[in-house]
Amino acid sequence: MNTLFDKIWDAHVVSDLPDGPQQVYIDRLYCHEVTSPQAFDGLRARGIRCLRPERIYCMPDHNTPTHDQDKPIEDPVSKAQVDALERNAREFGLTYYGMMSPDNGIIHVVGPEKGLSLPGMTIVCGDSHTSTHGAMGAVAFGIGTSEVEMVLASQCILQKKPKTMSIRIEGELGKGVTAKDLALYLMMKLTTSGATGYFVEYRGSAVRALSMEGRLTLSNLSIEMGARGGFIAPDETTFAYLKGREYAPKGEEWDKAVAWWKTLQSGPDAVFDREVVFDAADVPPMITYGTNPGMGMPIDGRIPADANPKALAYMGFEAGQRLIGHPVDYVFLGACTNGRIEDFRAFASLVRGRHKAPDVTAWLVPGSWAVKRQIEAEGLDKELAAAGFEIRQPGCSACLAMNDDKFPSGKYAVSTSNRNFEGRQGPGSRTLLASPLVAAAAAVTGKVTDPREFK
Amino acid sequence: MKQKFDIIESFCVPLPIDNIDTDQIIPARFLKATTRDEKFFGDNLFCDWRYDADGSPKAGFVLNDPRYGGCILAAGANFGSGSSREHAAWAIAGYGFRAVIASSFADIHKQNELNNFVLPVEVSEDFLRELHASIAANPLTKVRIDVPAETVTNLATGRSERFPISGYKKYCLMNALDDIDYLLEQKDKIEAFEKAR
Repeated sequence: MNTLFDKIWDAHVVSDLPDGPQQVYIDRLYCHEVTSPQAFDGLRARGIRCLRPERIYCMPDHNTPTHDQDKPIEDPVSKAQVDALERNAREFGLTYYGMMSPDNGIIHVVGPEKGLSLPGMTIVCGDSHTSTHGAMGAVAFGIGTSEVEMVLASQCILQKKPKTMSIRIEGELGKGVTAKDLALYLMMKLTTSGATGYFVEYRGSAVRALSMEGRLTLSNLSIEMGARGGFIAPDETTFAYLKGREYAPKGEEWDKAVAWWKTLQSGPDAVFDREVVFDAADVPPMITYGTNPGMGMPIDGRIPADANPKALAYMGFEAGQRLIGHPVDYVFLGACTNGRIEDFRAFASLVRGRHKAPDVTAWLVPGSWAVKRQIEAEGLDKELAAAGFEIRQPGCSACLAMNDDKFPSGKYAVSTSNRNFEGRQGPGSRTLLASPLVAAAAAVTGKVTDPREFK
Repeated sequence: MKQKFDIIESFCVPLPIDNIDTDQIIPARFLKATTRDEKFFGDNLFCDWRYDADGSPKAGFVLNDPRYGGCILAAGANFGSGSSREHAAWAIAGYGFRAVIASSFADIHKQNELNNFVLPVEVSEDFLRELHASIAANPLTKVRIDVPAETVTNLATGRSERFPISGYKKYCLMNALDDIDYLLEQKDKIEAFEKAR
């Protein structure tokens, strides 16, 4: 009661269904090409239009190749899906950022960077990582395609109100420890279903100290603990990030908005359904050894004795084994989890003065064209090119391997993405989830390496 | 797809694995379809567990085991975690399952099942353990799911449990109505809400 989640959610309730869910108003719907075509078909079958087209933004990101985006997509099935989104956006009068548009990128990178995702909003998308936008102080969550159709048609969704959970992290993160490590640590402690049924508010001094990029990474991974979503109350860091962004309020409207946003805090008397507290100093650089994101461990640790045998068989690991020094075939920097400018800065900072290991194939994929432009403006592209790395064109890429960016069966990939499920990054591929620093350390050494060893 | 629910009595297909994610239920490469072709998704349900790379059925996987059948899938804990892809629910429905029994479900997938007239039946870990033991002892073990009474019964042991379902969803399932039908009738309320903000 009286949590920030309650305040935002309750302010969006249009009606209560007797012995049922609530009808919740949605401020922003994002659509990508994979989970929306059947929803648009549904509108056509019913002969209806979108109720509030101005609240809906569409962009392809899952199927987009990460090279030669100026040419047609080679895979005809991928091309058909991307073309369908463009056609649907035009037919229903929705804003569309197509491939090669300077505004295109992964939805969960583009929304915040354009100021489309704002504090106090309700935001949905047919994508479980919609929780990312929670970093802005919004209630954001992933939905299915039937629910996308509901929002297209009525700007509302029927949902049971989730329970509330406070995850408080106090203190300072150590050297070489990032928001990604914090998230992997929380998943290790709480398991992949530990927050199922809850909406998480991240609180505490370690969360306050995170940059917006770090907050976006932390919120992004809420779903990997099973949470309906995860968010962070807005503060000066949020306002400084948003000021001047394309869709953020301007002038007098800005001042009014900030005054309201400052009220978006859980009350001192807030009661959460569940509260957990962690010490930031306990969080090490992390890596996963198994086939769900909760199967993680400190990078210098050993695989737990009670680790799931099916997962270990898939990964080719044994209980008790150390991963430090284990050969790495592929490195992936990118995804809605770690495809932002700060992630590229971190990766480049560790690479500086070193060179890519000869046996490693590295894919560095910015989350958006805006991130790519910033990389170039800071000269990171040239610096990384000199070290043997190429910056590709933006998209979801190898995170779920719907385009050509797939890791081969049996190969080991250190990946900054969000899921290490069986076959996620290509049939038979083996994913070790980690931070951009751990990814960079693997890329220059060719094996799993503790980034704290680097100055 | 929309179908009325009342009482289901069926054999179960046992898949006693925890944390089955939606990438396993339907791998991402099958998400490129732009239509809701349930047969296509059903044919590829659990594709990488079910078929070798050359498309031949893997002998050890339960969907390829002629001893098991029925329209109920009995899984483990945290069924449907990960991606929000509704294609997972389409694949389950397309294969012919009408209900999934698990000791817990991931939130988004549970909603996706309900929106596709697949009933997620949440039972205690104890009930599920006993059910899997019954099926292991006799693949012809039947389960009865009584939607009006909100109960699930292992007919081998007679053990019965209530499962959670809201009155609203129960009404929708028993009458084959979906949420969009409801929301489209709410336009006045939506406009009033927007004016009052």
